[in-house]
Amino acid sequence: MGKKQLRRMDLIFANEHDYKEILSKTLKTPNQYIVEEMINSGLKGRGGAGFPTGLKWKLTAEAKGKTKYVICNADEGEPGTFKDREILTQVSYKVLTGMAVCSKITGAKKGYIYLRSEYKFLVPVLEKELSQFHLLCKENNLDFDVEIFLGSGAYICGEESALMESMEGKRGEPRNKPPFPTKSGYMGKPTVVNNVETLAHTFTIFKYGAKKFRDLGVQDSRGSKLFSISGDTPTPGIYELELGMTVQDFVDDFGDSDCKAVQVGGASGFLVPRKRFKETAIGYQGKLTGISLPTGGSMMLYNSSRSMYNVLDNYLDFFQEESCGQCTPCRVGCQQLVKGIEAVKRGEKKASYLDVLLKLTETMKVTAKCGLGQSVANSFQSIVANFREEMIY
Amino acid sequence: MANQINLTINGIAITINKGLTVLDAAGKLNIKIPTLCYHKDLCIAGNCRVCVVEQTGTKKLIPACATPVHEGMEIQTNSLVVRNSRKHIIQLLLSEHNADCTKCYKNGNCELQSLASEYKITNSDFIDLVPHKNYAYDDLSPSIIKDDSKCIRCQRCVRTCHEIQHLSALSVAYKGNHMKISTFAEKPMREVACAHCGQCIIHCPTGALTEKNYIEQVWDALTAPSKHVIVQTAPAVRVGLGEEFDTNSDGRVTGKMVSALKRLGFDSVLDTDFTADLTIMEEGTELLTRLKKALVDKDKNVQLPMFTSCSPGWIKYLEHTHNNLLDNLSTCKSPQQMFGALAKTYYAQKRQIDPANIISVSIMPCTAKKFEANRPEMRDSGFKDVDYVLTTRELAIMIKQAGIDFANLDDEYFDKLMGDSTGAAVIFGATGGVMEAALRTAYEIVTGREVPFKNIDITPLRGFEGIKEASIVIEDALPDWDFLNGVELKCAITHGLENANQVIKNIESGKAEYHFVEFMACPGGCLGGGGQPIPTSPEIRQRRMKAIYAEDLHMPIRKSHENPEVQQIYKEFLGKPLGDKSHKLLHTHYTPRDRN
Ligand SMILES: Cc1cc2nc3c(=O)[nH]c(=O)nc-3n(C[C@H](O)[C@H](O)[C@H](O)COP(=O)(O)O)c2cc1C
Ligand code: SF4
Ligand code: SF4
Ligand code: SF4
Ligand code: SF4
Ligand code: FES
Repeated sequence: MGKKQLRRMDLIFANEHDYKEILSKTLKTPNQYIVEEMINSGLKGRGGAGFPTGLKWKLTAEAKGKTKYVICNADEGEPGTFKDREILTQVSYKVLTGMAVCSKITGAKKGYIYLRSEYKFLVPVLEKELSQFHLLCKENNLDFDVEIFLGSGAYICGEESALMESMEGKRGEPRNKPPFPTKSGYMGKPTVVNNVETLAHTFTIFKYGAKKFRDLGVQDSRGSKLFSISGDTPTPGIYELELGMTVQDFVDDFGDSDCKAVQVGGASGFLVPRKRFKETAIGYQGKLTGISLPTGGSMMLYNSSRSMYNVLDNYLDFFQEESCGQCTPCRVGCQQLVKGIEAVKRGEKKASYLDVLLKLTETMKVTAKCGLGQSVANSFQSIVANFREEMIY
Repeated sequence: MANQINLTINGIAITINKGLTVLDAAGKLNIKIPTLCYHKDLCIAGNCRVCVVEQTGTKKLIPACATPVHEGMEIQTNSLVVRNSRKHIIQLLLSEHNADCTKCYKNGNCELQSLASEYKITNSDFIDLVPHKNYAYDDLSPSIIKDDSKCIRCQRCVRTCHEIQHLSALSVAYKGNHMKISTFAEKPMREVACAHCGQCIIHCPTGALTEKNYIEQVWDALTAPSKHVIVQTAPAVRVGLGEEFDTNSDGRVTGKMVSALKRLGFDSVLDTDFTADLTIMEEGTELLTRLKKALVDKDKNVQLPMFTSCSPGWIKYLEHTHNNLLDNLSTCKSPQQMFGALAKTYYAQKRQIDPANIISVSIMPCTAKKFEANRPEMRDSGFKDVDYVLTTRELAIMIKQAGIDFANLDDEYFDKLMGDSTGAAVIFGATGGVMEAALRTAYEIVTGREVPFKNIDITPLRGFEGIKEASIVIEDALPDWDFLNGVELKCAITHGLENANQVIKNIESGKAEYHFVEFMACPGGCLGGGGQPIPTSPEIRQRRMKAIYAEDLHMPIRKSHENPEVQQIYKEFLGKPLGDKSHKLLHTHYTPRDRN
């Protein structure tokens, strides 16, 4: 994968005063053209899985059935991230524009914003925006209504199928896939689920065209992305950066000059140790295979004062609490990992027990039912591989 | 063909229908893929992950039970990664599990144990998590023991209670490492809206849900010198019990069962079928009386349709969920409780035994009957009418403990005095059977003729359809019943409480109108009861049903009112159906209960 200089961007939060015109214009554009633009832009979901957004819309448009839904995933549960909240506070009209265009393309007449319950305070602002938006839809002859659905407060409900289960009044447990939501989603109907940020990016594409978006980033990782930067950094906060920078560049800009590792993508992401800063680029396919950028685009910087054992222990504890608990590899696997590294640390198990646990994470990766259990291996393997000594002594 | 899918499993090609799963396809090829959360009666959960298999071209393994086949799929069920993953998953389950099999009630019939044995999980790398858990143990219910330390969280019980029984008495609580199967507000089972039907027990793969057993109490009774211990056996037991032994029969083991009970030391081996026949007399008369009051006297207080009352799980369900309809229930006790009340009165008198010295045991395909026997209403004889209720499974345990070679027993016959029965009684064990038995008798009382069906087999009432409807027009009624001339008697039959709920909704909304409805709590009726041998499946229930109707066909008498002992008891003791004595001993009332 190619690399890019680190570049700060200001596309997402830039106020666009012509948003009504953009919406009308796009709603008059033929579906096929919009979908092509979306696909050409290279936009991939910002919610974690990185699925091409244009293709998701296309598949849902082609799916059989009259009733379809569009859901904006605003469950933002990754600890320490709040970039979706900022988008909804500052530029919710961009998100709504994306939903409206998705409605036009797929034929969905109903949309939902699945809002994290902690963000309840946003409801009045959003309701106000929605009433204006609904008028706009009418003016443009678009039969589309968006409703806010307050989430249940569990991290796992951000996973799209658990989200839909919880919307249906059931316990928030991920479903078996296939079928995927594009075919059978909310209420068993074809459904588009998109992250808040993904929808906000579509506005840029509608306004400036696919090329402008595509010119940003590298091969498989186009455009810009919001990052929530935290940990040992003098400048924590939310930043929009062009995709494709190296971790080295990133650390040079945001580190405290003593950075020993960066956790890319939060608890379910990977740890990049100093010796790999230069060769690792941030995008959908990093040099470490399969780096993905879960919701928060969370970037945690750790300096030499940090115990990587504690870091891992915290992540694992998070998983053992936040797993929905339905499937064996994740429910029991997470408990074994927590108890396992603690036993090694206390000297109750030999250091080689770490290898037993590494094998277990391989099984979790390939057998867990959803992304949560599958991605526990990411942080475990990358931390244990690079800081094995800190796990033991 | 568009509806046919070609795939290979372990290199073997197969073509099967679209919509089926990888597990189905493997089954057709006789390739076994282990499963735990999967059950044929239930919707797919895909949570245990023990059925994962490898699909060429996909890094992640796929759950065979939950993955539909698609064209060109290449599946490996026994590759290295599959075997390692499976073993890991079993080890993980065991690490959370109180696996002291030798002290476990399900030892020998446990899906987790079989898997552990197949995969030779002799040592585990993993840490024992049980000491870190605070597992609950609930044995307060008279029917069910719930031991969370044996639970693998497959949610089969949750799905059973929700999908089949419409009660959701069991549900999933908490998440992550605290996730568990719980009840409303974590109350004990006996305090929640549970029908005690035991369907969760027969769908549970482990020892987490079992019947409360009374085996030791019955052994004690059998060896107590001054006690006269009698036993009654329900119709469905005789077509299920054989599954616990290596019998090469068609599933009918009535004679062997009687013989085994005699060897166990019961003083008298009697038949619940006798009181099933009696139920038909009482309930049939009650129905005709209600019809007369409604049609002739225009009595507005008479509740129609009349609901059958022989399934205590169904009764408890109605008490919790639709207690505005309790007056629709027939006041007849279940055959078990009629038997109990008569055992310590009529039987005691005739045999000149002090009822205080009689211990009355019943063998039932049902766990709700354990609860029923403990109801305060069930003491009309002046004693506890039925002392102990054992399931089919508990009886099998006793037979094995006694060292009886069940498969090679000779047939023996029930003892006299409440041991005679008819084909009409035996079909009580199948959904539709009570209705068929009732019609055989009621139609004949009203018209003086046999029901107009070949061999008096009323086939439209048979089978496993969730809700069956039938009607029969009464013509040429005898003078006493001429008000019924031209009346189309409308009946419905249902089994499983989810279906029961549907029928009630149809009645309440006016969508359906009936005179008489048969309700059974369990799928298939008692033959699929929560006290029957484990496992259960549609095929197993089908086989039991076949056996029940074969049993009926082979009975010399097949109509309840022709049972000589029934005729005798009315002459000598009860007087007439719905008479004073019947009222006191054979009828009861019901108790409204909370929904939660
Ligand atoms: C455990 C877990 C939690 C998730 N939480 C979120 C979340 O909070 N917000 C979100 O947009 N996507 C979340 N996702 C990803 C969603 O399942 C889904 O892929 C995403 O909403 C699709 O939108 P996108 O294509 O626009 O990224 C989560 C996934 C997993 C496995
Ligand atoms: S992987 Fe974890 S969170 Fe996902 S379904 Fe399984 S238990 Fe639930
Ligand atoms: S539930 Fe099964 S595996 Fe567990 S102790 Fe009992 S028999 Fe053994
Ligand atoms: S006994 Fe029946 S009603 Fe009670 S929990 Fe089990 S399945 Fe549900
Ligand atoms: S009680 Fe039995 S059926 Fe229910 S989840 Fe536990 S093991 Fe499965
Ligand atoms: S049997 Fe397939 S996941 Fe449990």
